[in-house]
Amino acid sequence: MDYYEISSNLLNISFFLYLISIVFFGAILGKNRDERQKSKVTKIAITLTILGFVNQLGSFIFRWLEAGHIPVSNMFEYIYFFSMCLIFAFLLIHFIYKYSILGLIAVPIAVVLIGYGSVFPTEVTPLVDSLQSNWLYIHVTTVALAQSILAISFVAGVLYLIVKVNQEKSNKETTFLDLILYFIVSVVTFIILTFSFGAVDYEAVFTLPEEESLSEVTYTLPALIGPTDGELETTDRFYTGIEAPGFVNGPDAARKLNTLIWSLATGLVLYGILRLLARRRLGAFLQDKFGRVNPDVVDDIIYRAVAIGFPLFTLGGLIFAAIWAQEAWGRFWGWDPKEVWALITWLFYAAFLHLRLTRGWHGKKSAWLAVIGFGIIMFNLIVINLVISGMHSYA
Amino acid sequence: MSVNTVKCECGHINHEGTVLCEACGKPIKGNQHIDGNDDKRVLEMRYEGSARRSKTYKRTIVDKIWAFFSSVKVGVWLIIITLILSALGTIYPQEPFKNSPLPASQFYEVEYGLTGKIFYQLGFHNMYDSWWYITLVAMIGISLVICSLDRYIPLRRALKNQKIKRHPTFVKRQRVVSSADSISDESFQKIKSEMKKKRYKIKEEDGHIFAEKNRFSRWGPYVNHIGLIIILVAAILRMFDVMHVDDYVWVREGETRVIPGTNQEYYVKNENFSYDFYDAEEDERFREAIENTSEPIPKDFQTDAVIYKVKGETVIGEEPELEEIKRGEIRVNHPIQFDGFSLYQAGNQMESEYDSISFSITGEDGEPVADFTFDTDEAPYQIELDNGMVVRIDDYYPQLEFTDKGPSSSSKFPRNPGIIFSVLENGQEEGERFFYLQEDVIGLSDENTMTMAVSDIETRSASGLTVKKDYTLPFFLIGAIIFMIGVSQGLYWYHRRIWIHPSDEGYLVGSHTNKNWFGMKKELSEIFEGTEVKEFKDQNELK
Repeated sequence: MDYYEISSNLLNISFFLYLISIVFFGAILGKNRDERQKSKVTKIAITLTILGFVNQLGSFIFRWLEAGHIPVSNMFEYIYFFSMCLIFAFLLIHFIYKYSILGLIAVPIAVVLIGYGSVFPTEVTPLVDSLQSNWLYIHVTTVALAQSILAISFVAGVLYLIVKVNQEKSNKETTFLDLILYFIVSVVTFIILTFSFGAVDYEAVFTLPEEESLSEVTYTLPALIGPTDGELETTDRFYTGIEAPGFVNGPDAARKLNTLIWSLATGLVLYGILRLLARRRLGAFLQDKFGRVNPDVVDDIIYRAVAIGFPLFTLGGLIFAAIWAQEAWGRFWGWDPKEVWALITWLFYAAFLHLRLTRGWHGKKSAWLAVIGFGIIMFNLIVINLVISGMHSYA
Repeated sequence: MSVNTVKCECGHINHEGTVLCEACGKPIKGNQHIDGNDDKRVLEMRYEGSARRSKTYKRTIVDKIWAFFSSVKVGVWLIIITLILSALGTIYPQEPFKNSPLPASQFYEVEYGLTGKIFYQLGFHNMYDSWWYITLVAMIGISLVICSLDRYIPLRRALKNQKIKRHPTFVKRQRVVSSADSISDESFQKIKSEMKKKRYKIKEEDGHIFAEKNRFSRWGPYVNHIGLIIILVAAILRMFDVMHVDDYVWVREGETRVIPGTNQEYYVKNENFSYDFYDAEEDERFREAIENTSEPIPKDFQTDAVIYKVKGETVIGEEPELEEIKRGEIRVNHPIQFDGFSLYQAGNQMESEYDSISFSITGEDGEPVADFTFDTDEAPYQIELDNGMVVRIDDYYPQLEFTDKGPSSSSKFPRNPGIIFSVLENGQEEGERFFYLQEDVIGLSDENTMTMAVSDIETRSASGLTVKKDYTLPFFLIGAIIFMIGVSQGLYWYHRRIWIHPSDEGYLVGSHTNKNWFGMKKELSEIFEGTEVKEFKDQNELK
């Protein structure tokens, strides 16, 4: 067995350990729950999470040995490292606050992230010249750690909203909360779709008109929306015949739009099924399950996570980033989209910290802000890398 | 600004607009609305109830501007507007990154349609150096300065003037409070030793106890704002061209060129340019990744460079005398540095030019006649061969192209040379003519008896180097360091105070922390555990 195989196996083991730990975290939601008291179930859940983390760390180390450089150099590796940091940050916060119920949100999100990361090519890639620097180790790891700690404020924020949004009747807040849950469900269906169609090697090749930069584009999901003026080459493949409208720029954009539509549509189906099973809004269902949670502590966790994550993000995402950019490109700041979005993230959390000074911005409003902040981080990670091209499009 | 004063019953003289007496903390009548204390049990302690200019004076235009910029709400709005605009600017590439020969006025519309046209017309294609973006950032800068001054000065005064003995109302109206009917000496000892263990500084007066720690944490925001202001000043400095050099130079292998931006003082020689791509055969572990990408994955680009400095005065028209000052390799992530300048490996034209082309001439009978080499840099008028024959260069086109008027050259760089030769024997004026083009030789006449063929081709690469010198870098770095110090100072330490106040009704205990009440409550329960002091009550708990 070579290092690569060991690494993959350890990752699989940690994935399953996390899955099992979620079951135990779920079991914490008993009727006579007292957060302060350590129950046996809590201990098992935390132990499983720690075991999962150790396995994931092992997987990380073996991948490092295989590649000869720190495995944070492409989309798969970054998301996978990020999910590891998220678990780490959760454990860290857990040991400060002893608030294990957070695990019921943090661990599933880490699992979804690992699943999402695995959609990207998982083989080890060589380092392009611009990444061959010690700053890769420093800059990327600090950013991942900072973002994962900021993600904890999202986790706490979601918990706060689940518990505190008034579910008596439908309103703006219940709608948005269920929208967040729907997005998470859509990511799950996206992962399931990608792996199911990947397992049967589904491919539909479109040839493109000559003036395009690419000559063909390969769909790995059935084509609901084809590329503009594209010709379906592969026979026996489903195609609605609907072409992408003009504003969808470029042939690859049509493919991405197709994937997005699939994810959102199947997400809607799964969300609908879950909602039918729960017989009410998912937010309301979860509120019943989660029951009593001390809002002061959760609010404090939201704030504390930002208080730790923000300086760390400044250091990794802006200062270290600028130093490296100066060394690699001779300019410490260049308004590359990724840089701009790092600045946006920074500005957002700066605004968050200032709003904490204003009366009335604790509690629910902070929780919503924490959710938006995580949205910005995910946008920078996914959309900026995959849709908007720039100097950081390594994946 | 005339400074009116308010005297408190404790004797302390406060500035006009003070909400809580700086010394004893007693709420000053008529000023409670300023911090919204009227209808609340818990006193607003954010700025110690100190007299802030922005909250006190609102008459003149200066007052109004001051009040505007000192508002946190305004600051947050400025941040949010900047944030949204910055985000909008990333929808389409900024002009410098558009990577198209089309001018911006056409590019955005042609490439992205109507939305692209709107993007261009709003000026979003040059957002980050547009006057309105800069104005916005400048307003944030002004807000930073005014916000900080408006709060820092009175806050410092209030914390400096605080007394050990406070007014009972002040203690009672803190957020987390408790009381005790009596406290034994034993308990006092326990409380004080616990406080010391937690690094509180304890002051006593007439049975009143005042414990305080980490006051410096309150200065954190102002320190980090100073860091940000230094960064903004550095950014302003950088707008002046004298503060930085930003240039680009192409150097061919073997070539020595003056480095632009250095006042003709430095020269760089490209001794060799090498490049390397990852090879699936060599690197088994990367095989899958390499085979999955259509383009080669770059491993290394390197220029072996020599840096020269001009020695003495340069006389115009004369070759300067050069002195080698540094020798080394320039690679991505590893610039070469000399006298404050840095050269970065930035671009390459791999094997893009012909360095030399070697030919062999064969006679009618197939016997080799002679060999010669044409050097594109020297481009000699004629070449004398070993056997006494002469090759005359009739025409040389470094970058050959055909126009209506016949062959010509579109540049002086030998990227696609075309050469017309005459091979002359024993002093003849006319000989057999050949045309070299596209790595092949054709005879220009059917009557040629000899044949000429290309026997060897040497190409060369050019290396693109960016030239940088930036005097503002230290300012940015210092600003960043100060910012980080300020942020840590403000976020990771907490200013905490505990008051024990003997009164007619027994002992009042009040506590205050500027943040992290969760930790404060934990600390309080540790300090007062096992004493007569009752369980602490949070008068502000979220419901």
